Amino acid sequence: MNKVYSHIESITGNVISVRAENIAYGELAEVSSRYGSSLAETIRLDGDMVFLQVFAGGRGVSTGDEVRFLGHPMQVSFSDNLLGRIFNGAGAPRDGGPSLADNLITIGGPSVNPYKRIIPREMIRTGIPMIDVFNTLVKSQKLPIFSVSGEPYNQLLARIAMQAEVDLIVLGGMGLKYDDYLFFRDTLEEGGSLAKTIMFVHTAADPVVECLQVPDLALAVAEKFALRGKNVLVLLTDMTNFADALKEISITQEQVPSNRGYPGDLYSQLAARYEKAVDFADAGSITTLAVTTMPGDDVTHPIPDNTGYITEGQFYLHGGRIEPFGSLSRLKQMVNGKTRDDHRAIMDGMVKLFAAYRDTLEKKSMGFQMTAWDRKLLKYGELFESSMMDLSVNIPLEKALDEGWRILAACFEPRETGLRSDLIQKFWPARSAGSEAARA
Amino acid sequence: MIQKQGQVVAVNGNMVSVRFDGDVAMNEVAYIHSNEKRLKSEVIRIRGDEAQVQVYEMTKGLRIGDSVEFSGEMLSVELGPGLLGQIYDGLQNPLPEIAEKKGFFLESGVYLQALSKTQKWAFTPAAKVGDALKRGDSLGSVPERHFLHQIMLPFDFYGSWKLVEIAAAGDYAIDDTIAVVEDSRGNRKNVSMTFSWPVKRAIDCYAERLKPAQPMVTKTRIIDTFFPVAKGGTYCIPGPFGAGKTVLQQVTSRYADVDIVIIAACGERAGEVVETLKEFPEITDPRTGRSLIERTIIICNTSSMPVASREASVYTAVTLAEYYRQMGLDVLLLADSTSRWAQAMREMSGRLEEIPGEEAFPAYLESVIAAFYERAGIVRLADGRKGSVTIGGTVSPAGGNFEEPVTQATLKVVGAFHGLSRERSDARKYPAIHPLDSWSKYPGIMPADVVRYAHAFLERSAEVGAMMKVVGEEGTSLDDYVLYLKGEFLDAVYLQQNSFDPVDASVSPGRQKAMFRIALEILGAALQLKDKDDARSWFYEVRQAFLDLNGSAEGSDLYASSLAKIKAALAERKPEYDAEARRALARLE
Repeated sequence: MNKVYSHIESITGNVISVRAENIAYGELAEVSSRYGSSLAETIRLDGDMVFLQVFAGGRGVSTGDEVRFLGHPMQVSFSDNLLGRIFNGAGAPRDGGPSLADNLITIGGPSVNPYKRIIPREMIRTGIPMIDVFNTLVKSQKLPIFSVSGEPYNQLLARIAMQAEVDLIVLGGMGLKYDDYLFFRDTLEEGGSLAKTIMFVHTAADPVVECLQVPDLALAVAEKFALRGKNVLVLLTDMTNFADALKEISITQEQVPSNRGYPGDLYSQLAARYEKAVDFADAGSITTLAVTTMPGDDVTHPIPDNTGYITEGQFYLHGGRIEPFGSLSRLKQMVNGKTRDDHRAIMDGMVKLFAAYRDTLEKKSMGFQMTAWDRKLLKYGELFESSMMDLSVNIPLEKALDEGWRILAACFEPRETGLRSDLIQKFWPARSAGSEAARA
Repeated sequence: MIQKQGQVVAVNGNMVSVRFDGDVAMNEVAYIHSNEKRLKSEVIRIRGDEAQVQVYEMTKGLRIGDSVEFSGEMLSVELGPGLLGQIYDGLQNPLPEIAEKKGFFLESGVYLQALSKTQKWAFTPAAKVGDALKRGDSLGSVPERHFLHQIMLPFDFYGSWKLVEIAAAGDYAIDDTIAVVEDSRGNRKNVSMTFSWPVKRAIDCYAERLKPAQPMVTKTRIIDTFFPVAKGGTYCIPGPFGAGKTVLQQVTSRYADVDIVIIAACGERAGEVVETLKEFPEITDPRTGRSLIERTIIICNTSSMPVASREASVYTAVTLAEYYRQMGLDVLLLADSTSRWAQAMREMSGRLEEIPGEEAFPAYLESVIAAFYERAGIVRLADGRKGSVTIGGTVSPAGGNFEEPVTQATLKVVGAFHGLSRERSDARKYPAIHPLDSWSKYPGIMPADVVRYAHAFLERSAEVGAMMKVVGEEGTSLDDYVLYLKGEFLDAVYLQQNSFDPVDASVSPGRQKAMFRIALEILGAALQLKDKDDARSWFYEVRQAFLDLNGSAEGSDLYASSLAKIKAALAERKPEYDAEARRALARLE
């Protein structure tokens, strides 16, 4: 029988302390106050003083409230029953369904032995040309979506969730607006993906401590499914809220801040979560896409900065589109040589021309005369933006590559594209303006 | 010695307070017994009868009252034959064996022997009975991969010893006694092929430290020619994320002209280490014709592995480097990234509630960084041979801003600075070492005055480039414009290098000299160019030919034709050379 303690010694912010014996570091307790009961985690031991972080926060907790230790660390149930369910940051159901208690697993487990990792080798198709063609997503990759508030990053995540070729989706929502949460739920339901989705959602109205649990819950579950051979896509939104929750809690615990108030271990905290992305040699995989909103669109802010050092590239969502500049998939080279002969050439060639288009736009805005070449570039840029960059475009990789050739042929002579002649021979569309030259 | 015991009295993250009886030493290793596991930790502060230890594992599950056993030893590494080709974590646990025993995950409290106890090594004695010996003196050797691994009198055998017995040539395991030595008072000690040494103490068994003067060739042009590194020297590579720090280190680890490379992957992405782990066994080392992994030791403590052992990992790496240096070998230590190591110190300092310095880094940050880089050096050993440890560390400055404490502390103590710039990496100019910000204090493979002469073109070209942004191309004189093109040309054909091209990836010093001379023939020449368009198209044409030259092996058709193309293009413009240019060219004959 677990002991119950009925005298709380101190309450500071979300942290309470009780005198108790034989408590393990990380052990959970249940704090019952007049406003209901909440889980709490042991975050410090000092002699017989036990410091607990109360998930629901310290507000309304009285020194006379009961604290009951549960004898185990934070756990989550793991089984196929999770599929289609929605939980909060404490692991309790948020969808009105039954709470699950079978096959409990501990969250925040050890790191994967680097020796057991393998070199990533498979692409994940998303149907979004700016990803599939230009910055291919690779199985086991960890990629943030750098964005600013107001951009449609959650729409993008939801689309990837519905279209990505994966077995299972685990969505971790941190500090989500309630309507964003409803948006995710409804979109996935309408798209028919809810049945292969597990959601852990902390909304902006929920206690901040629960925000910290979300990535660990989501990743612990994802890891177990991956070990059972599933290819899991973990979507986290928004990691900036997670980092801000870390900041809030470390400051109230009087830790010395390092940079703009964030704790000194921000890098390690983020890395511990992102590094869960893995491809198990003879089992499944975890791929992580995480939204990071950049305060003030500043990539040198501690959160995007630390994230960039950890992740394998980033998608830069700006003006409602994934920008070809500033976006990078560090792993794309490992897969885009195996898709179709023209993949790399189209990727490089189209982006180079698009860069030239941007230069021309600048020239145009400064009032310079437009040459014939400039006019071609302007036409190209507009086509590229509407049929490649627009997030509503939804075509498989091969179609997107064909579309690329079609755009090029509509705007340029083959030799103007700088593409290799053998590829032009093979792929340049017939019956277009450039076909004469291609045959010559 | 009686094992000292203690009890856990407080737990805060990975810092645990222990109450003990008797004496405890600073930096002593202690094991915490909890839930049938033994967690390794290190004493980092002692106050009265309480010691604070940093635990090299996750501390979840620890309880007040858990028993603690003090080992009496400082954190040490095992030294002996069999280190080469190994993959260790920061505490020298072999990761492949852990994977074999425990599977996918690094569970806490699993510590394995760093060296095989059963493998036999063919020992050939060199010392004779009656020889006077000092610590570090060779007793004999065993072949390890393609080196003769010296079996030395352990480094902690202070004083003079006399060899009493030595094993005959034959096969021995590392724990077998291969010699018996006696000190002046007649105390005898057995010597085996292995011993341990505390990682935070520099190995100092050498006659003297020398000045690093001989270049360590990396086969990367911008480094060897412009910002060289000397054997026994130190250098740092700071750069924002995505600027190519890790790729540059990977390239260096492959081609550097040293005997042994030790890679300390400290707090970085696991995926990058995996590439090294899986690819090195497949790559042939051109120096030896054997697999590259055979000259490499990888210390791998990636970002999600426990923070305290990240702190230990750079020390583990440098100690192994010093050990091989004692055999008269040239060792290169690549640490990626020292910022993560500094952050590990910051985390611990915060837990100890020390008064923070800038950006909450501890006040001793600078002296710790300085002490680490000072472990590099070229030394003359007692028997006259030379050995060196060269240290190259990457720095990951927050926001790419070099004004932050770790970069600044590092710049104070290194001999060369290879600053990577976001601007250059965005423009796909690799390696993204900034040619104007970087510097080196070491002599390189080219005469220094010629390098200065070439570098001046880069500086003046950048000046003209900056000016042109204001006044436009129209407002720039033809002479200035040609100067600008010359700088851009040198950048494109010589500073930039394609690490994915089989020929261009590694350029020997001889070839660098030849290429540099051709580049100088173009830089130093006063050329007959009609106007800016003519100048631009001429330089583009020569650049294209030069790039072809860079990508073609000496003796190939493309090499000959590209070279002829450059020479012809140059002759066409009737180059004239002033005295300075002629002198520079003559220096490269």
